[in-house]
Amino acid sequence: MDAILLQVLNGLDKGSAYALIALGLTLIFGTLGVVNFAHGALFMIGAFCAVTLSRILSFSFEVLDETQKDFLGNPLKVKTPYVESWFGPEVGASIIDWAVPLAILFSIPIMVAFGFIMERGLIKHFYKRPHADQILVTFGLAIVLQEVIKYFYGANPIPTPAPDAFKGSFDFGLLIGFAENAIIYPYWRMIYFVFSLLVIGGVFAFLQFTTFGMVVRAGMADRETVGLLGINIDRRFTIMFGVAAAVAGLAGVMYTPINSPNYHMGMDFLVLSFVVVVVGGMGSLPGAVLAGFMLGILESFASMNQIKSIIPGIDQIIIYLIAIIILLTRPRGLMGRKGVMEE
Amino acid sequence: MFGLSKTDTRFLLIVICLTLATPILLQPFPEGSGLAQFNAGYPDLMQRFAIFGIFAIGFNILFGLTGYLSFGHAAFLGVGSYSVVWMYKLLDYNVLWGLPLAIVVSGVFALLIGIVSLRRTGIYFSILTLAFAQMMFVISYSDLLGRFVGTSITNGETGLQVYTSDPQVLLGATEPNVPHLFGIVMRENFWQPNIGGWEFTFNNGYYFCAVIAILAFYLSLRIFRSPFGMMLRAIKTNQTRLNYTGLNTRPYTMAAFVISGMYAGLAGGLLAAMDPLAGAERMQWTASGEVVLMTILGGAGTLMGPVLGAGFIKYFENIFSKINDNVLHGWFAWMPDGLEDFIVTILHPFVGKGWHLTLGILFMLVVIFLPGGLVEGGSRIMHFIKRDRKAKGRDPEHHPEHIAYVAEKEEF
Repeated sequence: MDAILLQVLNGLDKGSAYALIALGLTLIFGTLGVVNFAHGALFMIGAFCAVTLSRILSFSFEVLDETQKDFLGNPLKVKTPYVESWFGPEVGASIIDWAVPLAILFSIPIMVAFGFIMERGLIKHFYKRPHADQILVTFGLAIVLQEVIKYFYGANPIPTPAPDAFKGSFDFGLLIGFAENAIIYPYWRMIYFVFSLLVIGGVFAFLQFTTFGMVVRAGMADRETVGLLGINIDRRFTIMFGVAAAVAGLAGVMYTPINSPNYHMGMDFLVLSFVVVVVGGMGSLPGAVLAGFMLGILESFASMNQIKSIIPGIDQIIIYLIAIIILLTRPRGLMGRKGVMEE
Repeated sequence: MFGLSKTDTRFLLIVICLTLATPILLQPFPEGSGLAQFNAGYPDLMQRFAIFGIFAIGFNILFGLTGYLSFGHAAFLGVGSYSVVWMYKLLDYNVLWGLPLAIVVSGVFALLIGIVSLRRTGIYFSILTLAFAQMMFVISYSDLLGRFVGTSITNGETGLQVYTSDPQVLLGATEPNVPHLFGIVMRENFWQPNIGGWEFTFNNGYYFCAVIAILAFYLSLRIFRSPFGMMLRAIKTNQTRLNYTGLNTRPYTMAAFVISGMYAGLAGGLLAAMDPLAGAERMQWTASGEVVLMTILGGAGTLMGPVLGAGFIKYFENIFSKINDNVLHGWFAWMPDGLEDFIVTILHPFVGKGWHLTLGILFMLVVIFLPGGLVEGGSRIMHFIKRDRKAKGRDPEHHPEHIAYVAEKEEF
């Protein structure tokens, strides 16, 4: 029992990332009808927002300290981050330590602005073109973004640690009544899971309980009619694109302590998230979230040693295998609507 | 001639001449001159032109004609390479055994994948092919097949290669132990003249690839002109309507998929014929993306486009990526110092290691502004020069022209 629960938990963090990216993809697809191959790049840019913020926060100046000498006898250069000199060493150090959570606030405006520019500047011109063209141009954009990031940040992964308070693991099993040390789970993964639930819940609540969300949902169902009612649906869809970009960015920001960001992390996730979206059903938001968690958890089950000893290597192909099975048995995916993307 | 119309025969002859003269054409600058680094006439690169040309021609038969965007074509490339290397291991280094096998095996794989993937269209088809290719990549990268069989099939991340302990039952005593065709060694040059500073390399392997590429091109020309090709174009234009007229389109799409898979297998086999190695990275989805880039950059659905695109990308990959800051400084040395540094700084991200950035930008520009690719660009320039008189009198209001997109090009 505890082994099963452990695998479920292990699948949650990847599942959360899949769910968040797939949610954004589906939002864009459901509203604008665009297949966005650059969504993985948005995830990556989010991650690099965290890297950037932690670099900005640790900008330092150097002071020659006459009291300390290095091994040549010269005065030692002491680096002090500006933040520490402004807020005092203790507050400053903890601000630097909390760079990743702070990057959430930092990344939202950046990602939303990025989404706006991308939609208004590029995607807008591709609404009437075939889906293949949309895939191609966003694929090109993904290459460009990835190369730009590579140019500025280099090709190596950049470790970006979580705050000290959340480093290490805790005994999750003890909390829910299992034996001691049965289920040890890293803090940050739990936080990532809770965070993704909050974001997903936030997006759904926004769509379900606000007038704005209601209009967007109406537009998803029938864009033309909503437009004829005198509502500027294009502008709202642009905003939704920004929201989707922000969701991908947030997923990236919070993922940095789990996996050090590098320039091709977006592409790695993109392929899988597309599989997730298709399994969940194109255009279905709950489907995307469900499929994201499901595939994440199944992947972690498949990497159990007991299962690997029966079918070696199953952990690496299970997602694709499931995608193929689902697409053949349920052509619309798990929760796909009728008439979406069916020529 | 060759069962082609007059224009097509002329076109084919031009292509044949250009292909055979490639070692001369790609060597326009004399050795030792500043521009010599733009010469592309060395065997390795020319072989790549021919091989990836074949790959792109094959991909174009599927994507250009039927509009089915496969994102997993590199899988067949890998399968082809593995088959050829296995023939090296089992029989001997003669490429003649491996290449037909590569075509057959990749055809079988294409058939199996096609049976499943072609049940769906549009993005679902793309994702299904992507999933299959990615699965095959993972399987060969970690040699999962080998774990079932007991012996290594793909040799995992090391890549498949020939060892002295391999059986090689046909290997004779005097036979060269590098890939060859009845004793003609692929990596050797049969003529290397140096005419007044110009150095030309005539390589066995390149001419072997070139002959096969010409055959592949001829075959694709015939397909384009055949009723079968017409049917494929009809599928791209409106598959639903075809279905409503009572026509089953599946056999046609399947045939196109298998043919293009075989082309990819042949290209993969040739890669292994030039260099007796086969690695899993050839099957990765970025490799599939590359052939998509090639086809679109050149012009999807056109005959010459994919070959041009393949040549373009491979040329830039090899030549553009060699340009570094020193070379740039050399170019702009005639400028005032400040301006020179400024221009070099601006150009720096786009050359050398950053050439992928240039490629991405170029690709986006092509998709946005020039959906017909380089071929359309060329024909637009031709039109501009010729100044079509008739078009001037035409009223655009009453004769609106169909705007073509990448995914639905109709002309040749």
